[in-house]
Amino acid sequence: MDAIFLQFLNGLDKGGAYALIALGLTLVFGTLGVVNFAHGALFMMGAFCAVTLQRLLNISYERVSETETDFLGKPLKEQVPYLQDIVGTDTAAWIGDYSVPLSIFLAIIVMGIVGVIMERGLIKHFYKRPHADQILVTFGLAIVVGELIRHYYGANPIPQSAPNSVSGSANVGEWFGLGPNVIYPWWRLVYFAFSATVIFGVFAFLQFTTFGMVVRAGMQDREMVGLLGINIERKFTIVFALAAIVAGVAGAMYTPILPPDYNMGMDFLVLSFVVVVVGGMGSLGGAVLAGFLLGILQSFASMQAVQNLIPGISQIIVYLIAVIVLLTLPRGLLGRKGVMED
Amino acid sequence: MSEHKDLTRRRVIKSGAAAAAAAGATPYFFTRAFADGHGYMNAPKGDTVTFGFNVPQTGAYADEGADELRAYEMAVEHINAGGGGMLDTFSSKELKGGINGKKVKFVTGDTQTKSDAARASAKRMIENDGAIMITGGSSSGVAIAVQGLCQEAGVIFMSGLTHSNDTTGKDKRANGFRHFFNTEMTGAALGPVLQNNYGNDRKVYHLTADYTWGYSQEGSMIKYTKPYNWETVATVKTPVGAGDFSQFITPILSSGADTLVLNHYGKDMVNSLTQAVQFGLAGKQVNGKDFTIVVPLYSRLMAQGAGDNVKGIFGSTNWHWSLQDEGSKAFVKAFGEKYGFPPSQAAHTTYCQAILYADAAQRAGTFKPSEVGKALEDFEFDGLGNGKVLYRGSDHQCFKDVLVVKGKENPTSKFDVLEVVEVTPRAKVEYPVELLGGELGPYNNG
Repeated sequence: MDAIFLQFLNGLDKGGAYALIALGLTLVFGTLGVVNFAHGALFMMGAFCAVTLQRLLNISYERVSETETDFLGKPLKEQVPYLQDIVGTDTAAWIGDYSVPLSIFLAIIVMGIVGVIMERGLIKHFYKRPHADQILVTFGLAIVVGELIRHYYGANPIPQSAPNSVSGSANVGEWFGLGPNVIYPWWRLVYFAFSATVIFGVFAFLQFTTFGMVVRAGMQDREMVGLLGINIERKFTIVFALAAIVAGVAGAMYTPILPPDYNMGMDFLVLSFVVVVVGGMGSLGGAVLAGFLLGILQSFASMQAVQNLIPGISQIIVYLIAVIVLLTLPRGLLGRKGVMED
Repeated sequence: MSEHKDLTRRRVIKSGAAAAAAAGATPYFFTRAFADGHGYMNAPKGDTVTFGFNVPQTGAYADEGADELRAYEMAVEHINAGGGGMLDTFSSKELKGGINGKKVKFVTGDTQTKSDAARASAKRMIENDGAIMITGGSSSGVAIAVQGLCQEAGVIFMSGLTHSNDTTGKDKRANGFRHFFNTEMTGAALGPVLQNNYGNDRKVYHLTADYTWGYSQEGSMIKYTKPYNWETVATVKTPVGAGDFSQFITPILSSGADTLVLNHYGKDMVNSLTQAVQFGLAGKQVNGKDFTIVVPLYSRLMAQGAGDNVKGIFGSTNWHWSLQDEGSKAFVKAFGEKYGFPPSQAAHTTYCQAILYADAAQRAGTFKPSEVGKALEDFEFDGLGNGKVLYRGSDHQCFKDVLVVKGKENPTSKFDVLEVVEVTPRAKVEYPVELLGGELGPYNNG
C-alpha cells in the first residue's frame, strides 16, 4: 500500500511536468496549427534561466587569500560575489538560497521575449506550410538551441538546490495514516502544487478573459475570428509567448528535481508529444488529463512486482497506452473532430 | 513497362548493395598494409607518426572527452620534447624526443559515446589519416566496439576510461590494452572498506545501468560483499539516461533494504544519487542501521555534478589529483599550469596510455603492432601516479593500487570533492586471468 501510494505521488509530479509541457504544445497547435518540436528546448531554456540566475548572483571578483593555497600550492584566489558586498552576507545568502523560485521571474521575461522572437522570426513563416516542414524546422531549431547550451554551459548536468526550507522530505505517511516509510521530498510536492497552479491559471486565463475567449474562438474557427476583424496575428504571438513562458517556468522549477543539461528538452519532448496525442490534438483538458495519467502509469510500471511480471514494461508503457488509446479512441481521450484530419 | 523499370532499378540497387558489401568485406586494411611494404598497417613514412585520439566530443561525456583531449595534447608535447609532466618521473627513460626518430602528430575523432559513431571515427582515422594507434573513449560499450575494430584493422588500441571486466575479460583482443582498472578490482578494494565502515549483515538494493558495465559492476559488488553477509534484496536494471529515477527509488523505501548500491556512471549517477538523497534515504534508519549509499565508480567531474550529495559516500577511482607521489604531483602541476584546473582520472589514464605506447614503440624500435604489444606485455613501471604498475601480458590489463575514496565533508574548493580514504595495494586486487574468461588471440599487424 505504501509503495503504491508513493508511486502515485511520483506519477503526480512527473505528470505535472508532462502536463505543463503538453499544455503549451497543444495550445500552440490548437491556435496556430503549428507542430512545435522545439517546445522541449523551451523547457530546457527555462531550466537554464535558473542556472543563469545562479551564475549571475555569483559573479565575483578575485581576492588573494593570505592564508590558504590552491591545488598547485599557490596563494588561493578567493571568489567574492559582488552581491555580497552590495546587500550584505546574510541577504546574499538568502537570495542565493531562493535562486530557483526567484528564477521564475527571469524565466517569464526571457521566455516571453524568446517566444515573441521565435514566433515573429520563424514560426509565422510556417503557418501555411505542411506539418512535415514545421516539424523539420522546429526540430532543427531544438538541436541548435541544445548545442548552444552545451557550448556555453558544458555537457554535464548542473545541480540546482531547492531552498533549505523545502529541501528535506515530508512524512506524508503521517498525514494520511500510512506507514513510516511513506516519505516524499518537499520540493516534489511544491512542484506538483506549482504545476497545478499554473495549469489552473492558464485555464482561468483562457476561460475568464476576453483574450482567452478570442483564443478559444480561434481554436474553434480561426478564419471566422479573422473575418470578425480581430487581429489574430498579434493574438498568435501572445499565445506562442504564453506557451513558451509555461514551458520555461516548468523547466526552471524542475531543476532541483533533475539537474539540467543540454539534452533535457529532447528527453521530455518525445513523451510530451505522446501525451498530446493521447490527450487529443488541440485539447487542453486532454493534454492535462493525459499528462497525469501517463505519469502515474509510468510510475506504477516501474514497480518491482510489475517488472517481474512483465520485464521492461516501464520503458514501453507510455507507448503501449498510446497505441491502445489511439486504437479505441482515434482522436485521443478528449480530441476534437477535424483536428489534423484534413 | 513500369514493371521493367522497377525491376531494372531494383537490380541496380541490388548490384550496388552487393558491390558495397563486397567492398566492405574486402580486407582493405590487409591489402593496404602489404602495399606499404613494411608488413604492418600505416607504417609511418617521413619524419612523423600519427596518433588517433578517439574521444567523446559531443554527448553526455563531452566534458570527460575534452579533459582526455587536453591530456593527449600535453602527452604529445612531452613525448616530442622528451620530457615534462610525468614523463620526467616515469621509470623508463627511453623517450628522448619523439619516437624512433619521428615526431608525433595527432588527429581526433568524436565517439559521441555511441559504438557505431566511435567505430566510424576510428576507421576514418586509420584509413584516411594513417593513424598508427587509436586511443581514448569514456564508455565500456564504446571501448569494446573500437577494440574489435582495431584488432580487425591491425592497429594498437590503448583504451581510455573503460571499467567493465569484459574489456580485458571475455572481449579482450591482442591489439587492445587497458590502463584503467575494472569492476573486479573495484569490488576487491571497496568490499573490505565497506565492511570496516558499515559492518556485516546488511540488506542491499542495487540500481544498475542496463548495459555491459552495469552488469559487471553489480556482479563484482555482490561477489565482494557477500562474505560479509551483505544480502541482495533486489537488483533493478534502469535504462541508461533515465533522467528521473524517482520511480526506481521509491520502492527502496519499503523494501527493507538498508544499503543502496548505485551502479550508475556519469549523468545517471548524478541524477540517481541526487534523487536518492532528496528522498531522504541518506538520513534514514532501517533495521536499526543508518541507511547507506555506495557509488562504486566515482569520477571527480561527476562528483562535482552531484554537489553536496556525495558527502560521506564511498566509492573507488583509478587516480585522484590529490595524490602526493612524485608522478601525480608532476602531472597535476603540468596540467594545472597549462589549463588552470586539476586533471580528472580520465585525463590521467589517457595521458598514461599515450606515454606507455610511445615508450613501448621506442623500446621495440618499431611501430609494428605485434612488437609494440610484446614490449607492453609484462612491462612493469613506476612514476605514473599509481605506484608500481604491471601491464599483464596474459590479458593486457594494468594492475596497480586502487583508490577507495569518499565524498569530502568539508571541501575547500570546487575540485576538492573526494578524499582518498584507502590505497588498496595491487596484490589485493590481482586475480587469475582465467577468472574473466576470453582469449586474446593473435596480434594483427594489418
